[in-house]
Amino acid sequence: MADTLMAPHRSAAASNDTVLSVRNLQAWYGESHVLHGLDFDVRPGEVVTLLGRNGAGKSTTLKAVMGIIGKRSGEIQFEGNDISRASSDRIARLGIAFCPEERGIFASLDVRENLMLPPAVRPGGLSLEVIFELFPNLRERLKSQGTKLSGGEQQMLAIARILRTGARFLMLDEPTEGLAPVIIQQIGHTIARLKQQGFTILLVEQNFRFAATVADRYYVVEHGKIIDGFANSELEANMEKLHAYLGV
Amino acid sequence: MDINLQALFAQLLVGLINGSFYALLSLGLAVIFGMLNIINFAHGALYMMGAFCAYFLLNVLGIGYWYALIIAPIVVGLFGILLERTMLQWLSGLDHLYGLLLTFGLGLIIQGVFQNYFGSSGLPYAIPEELRGGINLGFMFLPVYRGWVVVFSLAVCLLTWFLIERTQLGAYLRAATENPTLVRAFGINVPRMITLTYGLGVGLAALAGVLSAPINQVRPLMGADLIIVVFAVVVIGGMGSIMGSIITGFALGIIEGLTKYFYPEASNTVVFVLMVLVLLIKPAGLTGRTA
Repeated sequence: MADTLMAPHRSAAASNDTVLSVRNLQAWYGESHVLHGLDFDVRPGEVVTLLGRNGAGKSTTLKAVMGIIGKRSGEIQFEGNDISRASSDRIARLGIAFCPEERGIFASLDVRENLMLPPAVRPGGLSLEVIFELFPNLRERLKSQGTKLSGGEQQMLAIARILRTGARFLMLDEPTEGLAPVIIQQIGHTIARLKQQGFTILLVEQNFRFAATVADRYYVVEHGKIIDGFANSELEANMEKLHAYLGV
Repeated sequence: MDINLQALFAQLLVGLINGSFYALLSLGLAVIFGMLNIINFAHGALYMMGAFCAYFLLNVLGIGYWYALIIAPIVVGLFGILLERTMLQWLSGLDHLYGLLLTFGLGLIIQGVFQNYFGSSGLPYAIPEELRGGINLGFMFLPVYRGWVVVFSLAVCLLTWFLIERTQLGAYLRAATENPTLVRAFGINVPRMITLTYGLGVGLAALAGVLSAPINQVRPLMGADLIIVVFAVVVIGGMGSIMGSIITGFALGIIEGLTKYFYPEASNTVVFVLMVLVLLIKPAGLTGRTA
């Protein structure tokens, strides 16, 4: 395990080279304690992927960072701001954009309204032209009801709408879940292109092969803790361990 | 059957007027229910407060009808915001029943206080000078004020519909009705939106109260009488749709009016009979979504 990647003992406040720095993150759904002290960092321009079995706490980690979980504790620093007690609307306005696992397309809004819904939090969001270039399907479906789109189109819409906001840190929760290979490929291209443009991305993925095409680093989550972490270049060397972790 | 057109149109007009009030009130109830998940039983009392507000403005401060149309909804809307901030907000996430009981109690208290000071008889509120008199349309005589109430209510309803269905603010509102957590995670201050929505719904009720003051007089129980019918209208129309509330409101007013002409004995019950029928056939209401 590479110590520099885990960096659990370094003070979060002192680190200028991280966009997101999480220390001892704990979270609860009602009475049930689901995150048991996670430590991880995301550096500018990186794509970091959280891997792990179903129910390990990956999605919960994103929700805890976003502030949309019942109760959380620990240190969460985003670009030097302590957001561990901030409300989710404030966290969003600081520049974190979230794409939930269930996609969250609104049935009572048409595609254009869904796309235009998240308010701009910073200047420099992607223009509609660029978004339609990334996701040409959306342009043709602007007048359709949001939930009338196919699963793949809904996922594109869910990603597209947060690119408009100017947020430079994206959290994507299982963007490839249940999608056809050709669509997964398109989403992979999009993530690669966003990375090129300097976006920082925290990704939750079950689809390990997909993650391998886009990620710089991995953290393995199990029972609400980070149990391992390595860079994409160390992937081959860690393959066996990873199979054991993920039980594939 | 011998049809007396004069009388038929007169009843149709009464129906349209009642329909205007039904539409304004059920529209507010639908908006509030969508965002707060609360069936606002205080709506009738707040409607009555709108009328009293107009009365006080005129008789205490000498401020007339036209200003009251703007001031009363704002004042009563602010009172609604106070209720939401101090009480209703703590009920979010609980069963409908809690909100229903709380607002029902609030309605009774407000009504009781007004009854204590003003009794049960009506206070007069004069029709503003510009809207007095009537126009002979040939087939009927149209009192100007009544025509104004119908046209103005319809305009306010359509404006509210436009605001909710066609603007960015309305898109926030519709989205937050579906998934408030996610809308908040996009950076929108949803709690503040909920408060303002309650204020808007209450403001619509108060506006209906001002409109009604010159027609029905200003009475502490004016809301209690009306709100029972309005809830039946809401049940028939369903809570789901804005346009549904508007159309159902006007349609039921007209149906009531027609019943008054053709079979007056049933005019007070026709809405409730329709409600029972709708509940039997389509429990979510004509335009409603199942919760």
